[in-house]
Amino acid sequence: MQLTRPGRALLFTRHPVLPGFTLSFGLSVLFVSLVILLPLTALLLHASDMSWAEYRSIILDDRVVATYRITVIAAFWASMINAVLGLLFAWVLVRYRFPGRSLMDALMDLPFALPTAVAGITLTTLFAANGWLGRWFDMAGIQIAYAFPGIIIAMSFTSLPFVVRALQPVLEDIGPEYEEAAHTLGASSRQAFWHVVLPQLRPALITGTSLAFIRSLGEFGAIIFIAGNIPFETEVTSLMIYVRIQEYDTPAATAIASVVLLASLVLLFVVQLWQGRFLKRIRGG
Amino acid sequence: MFNQRRFAFAAAGLLALAFSGAAQAQQTLLNVSYDIARELFAAINPKFQQHWLEETGERVTINQSHGGTSRQAQAIMQGLRADLVTFNQVTDIDALRQRGFVADDWQERLPNNASPFYSTTAFLVRKGNPKNIQSWDDLIREDVRIVFPNPRTSGNGRYTYLAAWLAAHQRHDGDDAAIRADVRQFLRNVAVFDTGGRGATVTFAERNIGDVLISFESEVNNIRKEYGEGDYEVVVPPVSIMAEFPVAVVDRVANAQGTAELASAYLNYLYSTPIQTLLTEFNYRVHDEAVVKATADQFPPVELLRVEDILGTWEEVQDAHFGRNGILDQLQARR
Repeated sequence: MQLTRPGRALLFTRHPVLPGFTLSFGLSVLFVSLVILLPLTALLLHASDMSWAEYRSIILDDRVVATYRITVIAAFWASMINAVLGLLFAWVLVRYRFPGRSLMDALMDLPFALPTAVAGITLTTLFAANGWLGRWFDMAGIQIAYAFPGIIIAMSFTSLPFVVRALQPVLEDIGPEYEEAAHTLGASSRQAFWHVVLPQLRPALITGTSLAFIRSLGEFGAIIFIAGNIPFETEVTSLMIYVRIQEYDTPAATAIASVVLLASLVLLFVVQLWQGRFLKRIRGG
Repeated sequence: MFNQRRFAFAAAGLLALAFSGAAQAQQTLLNVSYDIARELFAAINPKFQQHWLEETGERVTINQSHGGTSRQAQAIMQGLRADLVTFNQVTDIDALRQRGFVADDWQERLPNNASPFYSTTAFLVRKGNPKNIQSWDDLIREDVRIVFPNPRTSGNGRYTYLAAWLAAHQRHDGDDAAIRADVRQFLRNVAVFDTGGRGATVTFAERNIGDVLISFESEVNNIRKEYGEGDYEVVVPPVSIMAEFPVAVVDRVANAQGTAELASAYLNYLYSTPIQTLLTEFNYRVHDEAVVKATADQFPPVELLRVEDILGTWEEVQDAHFGRNGILDQLQARR
């Protein structure tokens, strides 16, 4: 039984699952335009009022460049932490059954559900020099809240779900039989993990970590509470955008925002391309 | 978060308007104000309502909206229908004036530069004043850590920065290089730049960060009350800044809504003796001579320096100090 007409198959090769494809496709495009493309255009238009030299001087201002550095380095460490912790959490959640598992599973989404400002305030309370956790670090002479480590902690909190949720379905697919096969062939647990499981997880892990990284670049709410916001030390790019708006300097704010936007877009495309290539390879395309 | 609140206020105002149209001609005012004035205007509003009822027999509804004043000014530019503004600095009303929301002569329309009350910046230190902080030059010592809100995001923080500047100006008799060196050191001593006044308070009092919190004298006294009078002391430096709290009718909106007369009556009422007395209860300084005499013990003497006398108009100050790559940016630049 042939459901797709040959003419359509030229453009859309997949078998349609939803009925009324043209309508749903049109609605999707409309929605994407309204919610994503229109604001994007507005942003770029706003920034396009200025000359190229002006634009350059705004986005390459010493203090702004310092915020890029701080943001990117903190986001890097936050996503590294999340890559390790997220893998651990996903592993525990998929492979083991224990009381409170569904609660822990639900907790993984908390950073998405919570307003980031709440996260910022809570983390600051915890990690301040007189907080429950902060006091122990303080004794060791490590300052977390109002210092660089605070930014990393805030970023890893708000972006953890990306890694966990990217890994979970893949882990569920793999199942323990791969490891068991490896064991019967004489591999140790460590070898089985490094040579059998991890390669399967790698694409999901990289995607999740990259998404966590991208998200961390733009994080604002959680960070401004915990960072201390000292120029050149703990000022992140999103705060710089906010500061320029407070100065009624909307063009400068949009210029800096466009840099963040561009960086995020490029990273997303890279992840997407890489993922596509990988999928092609494993499907033998 | 703040926008939502503002939206709620605007919606409430609209609803009130709609209902008043149906029932009786009842007027509504929206007073858009700075963050920490919520309790103050909540105390003033019933008094004005009573006063207006006695004067004209009309009942008025007064809605309040509070937030950082720069953000509030932006909200008005973007369509928040404020009848009047009660801000904590001239710059933000000036921004409204430049865009035609407020008349050019707004500062001449009411006494004392349209500022019914004023305050100054003062210090809150920990019990016993362990670092012995008495004046602005103590704050540039290497061993002192300061907390005050970010001058980029808070009017309060801007006053603190300017106060440090004016004090240095007096100390060095206007020597620009020496002033810059002092203010640079002052900024270097900052432990945390919170984005607003209340955030700085939490950092200082609850997180136990820093040796001194700088804020408005009024606010510093309230914080001390709030967080335990035994744990903190208020230090009013011998020299500080004149911090005016300017008010204005937002003419464009008030004229359109027919509330101009009511709004200016409200602002005038802020100068009346009962309100001036009420203001001192909130630790604001006022000009009413009788009230000043009656509350003399409450306010230590301080020499108040005016920004306009030393640095020029607020517009010039805004450009020179707070603009992109202005003096503040230069002083905070990598050393």
